Amino acid sequence: MAAHIFATDWLHNTNLNYMRRDIFQAIADPTRRAIITLIALQAMTPNAIADNFHTTRQSVSKHLRILTECELVKQEQQGREIYYSLEIEKMKEIDKWLSQFRKIWETKFNQLDKVLSTLKKQKK
Amino acid sequence: MKNNLLFDFTVDKAAKTVFITREFDADLSLVWDAFTKAEILDQWVAPKPWVSKTKFMDFKVGGRRFYAMVGPEGQERWAIQKYTSISPKTNFKMFNAFADKDENPELPGSDWDYTFSEQNGTTKVSITIYNESLARMEKMIEMGFTEGFKMSMNNLENVLATLSKK
Repeated sequence: MAAHIFATDWLHNTNLNYMRRDIFQAIADPTRRAIITLIALQAMTPNAIADNFHTTRQSVSKHLRILTECELVKQEQQGREIYYSLEIEKMKEIDKWLSQFRKIWETKFNQLDKVLSTLKKQKK
Repeated sequence: MKNNLLFDFTVDKAAKTVFITREFDADLSLVWDAFTKAEILDQWVAPKPWVSKTKFMDFKVGGRRFYAMVGPEGQERWAIQKYTSISPKTNFKMFNAFADKDENPELPGSDWDYTFSEQNGTTKVSITIYNESLARMEKMIEMGFTEGFKMSMNNLENVLATLSKK
């Protein structure tokens, strides 16, 4: 029941369909996943991020823009440089979604337990 | 019924793969039937309030199962499964894709691998689901879960709102 309320609360508090689609689009791309992994460790400038990839800086900028639009990363101005860092709370939403997915299977398997128990009785 | 049955659920996002392991308090042949016979599958495979309706199922290599998840308001989500490998009571593999009501699959789909083993009357089932895209993994959840959930949510919303005022 606690999990039930938890998931409901989350659905209730967020504009789920819009946001969830965005988050999953953001992490569907391998370069963007690599960027997330990089900046999870420390805030980085676009140039420092681009040094880790063989693609152009424009391409890295484009990925950063998508990640920013999805609110998975945040920008912070420090002097003349902009630093990108990970929005941890947003990443947690992905895990919340996964816990719902887990719950579907829990429900299905509990149903199967009942079916199996009925079938066993019928065989006897 | 045993209470200590194993349930393990992990997701490897980078590999776009879901791993599920569950034990059942029943012998292998019964559990195998529950996963491979349409009349039993339809009794459990849809999370309530959705129900599963199998239009046809031909459980052999190259054979297909065409079925719908039917929602509480009669909405139908069709899917088609094609069996790619079967080792009786040990393992089977299939390719699953959403479809329209005329059996036209919507690609990409996902690859499913089921492994069965029995020990002391308990049967363990390990399922691996590989999705070609994360976006599709997201769509999987929308079959059956969100819709049914939304219904009870309207009532719960009120309850939660009341509770949070206290």
